[in-house]
Amino acid sequence: MQKIYPTAAAALDGFLHDGMFIAAGGFGLCGIPELLLSAIKDAGTKDLTFASNNAGVDDFGIGILLQTRQVKKMISSYVGENAEFMRQYLSGELELEFNPQGTLAERMRSGGCGIPGFYTKTGVGTVIADGKEHKDFPTGPNGAPETYIMEEGIFADLAIVKAWKADETGNLMFRKTARNFNPPAAMCGKVCVVEVEEIVPVGSLDPDAIHLPGIYVHRIIQGDHEKRIEQRTTRTRGAS
Amino acid sequence: MAARAAEELEDGWYVNLGIGIPTLVANYVGDKDITLQSENGMLGMGPFPFEGDEDPDLINAGKQTITEMDRTAYFDSATSFGMIRGGKIAAAILGAMEVDEKGDLANWMIPGKLVKGMGGAMDLVAGVGRVIVVMDHTNKHGDSKLLKKCTLPLTGKGVVDRIITNLGVLDVVEGGLKIVECADGVTEDELRAATEATIV
Repeated sequence: MQKIYPTAAAALDGFLHDGMFIAAGGFGLCGIPELLLSAIKDAGTKDLTFASNNAGVDDFGIGILLQTRQVKKMISSYVGENAEFMRQYLSGELELEFNPQGTLAERMRSGGCGIPGFYTKTGVGTVIADGKEHKDFPTGPNGAPETYIMEEGIFADLAIVKAWKADETGNLMFRKTARNFNPPAAMCGKVCVVEVEEIVPVGSLDPDAIHLPGIYVHRIIQGDHEKRIEQRTTRTRGAS
Repeated sequence: MAARAAEELEDGWYVNLGIGIPTLVANYVGDKDITLQSENGMLGMGPFPFEGDEDPDLINAGKQTITEMDRTAYFDSATSFGMIRGGKIAAAILGAMEVDEKGDLANWMIPGKLVKGMGGAMDLVAGVGRVIVVMDHTNKHGDSKLLKKCTLPLTGKGVVDRIITNLGVLDVVEGGLKIVECADGVTEDELRAATEATIV
């Protein structure tokens, strides 16, 4: 079981095909699989559907695949920071399916857990509920019925994920809020490729501190990350 | 409005603050022990970092650099929205374009204009214990934003508990909105005149 690959291109070899469905981790530009996205750009794989909370910015993240017209459809909760995205969407070149953020996360998690559908209150009475199965459950005060809608689990062909550290068997640790969508995205892929900042020897991670076990991880690469900051906000030293 | 909204929070609560004026509520909580949730995967959100201490791995839901606190815990997005959907977050304070007398809320899209997405707003209003809206009472033409029925696509149906505006505080109750208080210098007649929604 050799999971470590020398480059992003090598780690994706054999996993890419036109028209495929990819789940990607990350929130905004935080914790995105930037090396793997760049390798997919170089591979030229087309007509991609992405389940990803955001679509990057024009020149970073999934944005680089929009520049090259490799994306057919996005399943996202928020796409506000990307001018090229908006241009392609408004001209009809790009499909967009808005999912509430928690619904998107749970669709990934449940797909990875073998759960093809679940009920949620999120979006009931909104356009999100149009055409979806509605069902009442006695969850209100004193068993009063409340209405839920059914959402479907995501089963992606490939998951691409960014983690902080991996051991050689693919056990992963994430760092701070860069964890975000990465674990659920990893879980919902038929195969999962992970890029990390550091690969450490087996036995050097505390087994109690592993955020995602290596069973979800098929291939790993180590590389240097730009880790771009989207909104740099600070306070002045000396102020409270 | 932010100071008034901070009075709504009770000691020990876990709270989610939306982007804009709701974010400022954190500056007015005083001695109350409030833990802020950031829905991208953090409880115990601290203030902005000092210049030079920014960490690209540490941002809030508005993608701004922030800091952690002694109590901070990190988790993934599915767990984050599990605690939101599961009713563990006591309250969310968020902005709105329109609210109506049945507690319907619209704050995510204007048809024909650029649509950026709902982010986590639909999950928050459907899941948290108490939804508190902070908004201007009227639009720039002086028309009420507290309506009999929302005209914009909804973020949630029947989800709003309390509305805090520049003119006063109103609760969503059976049959309409109930005035809780008027802002300083505002009379009840003025508040009623500026409100399209039924006041009971």
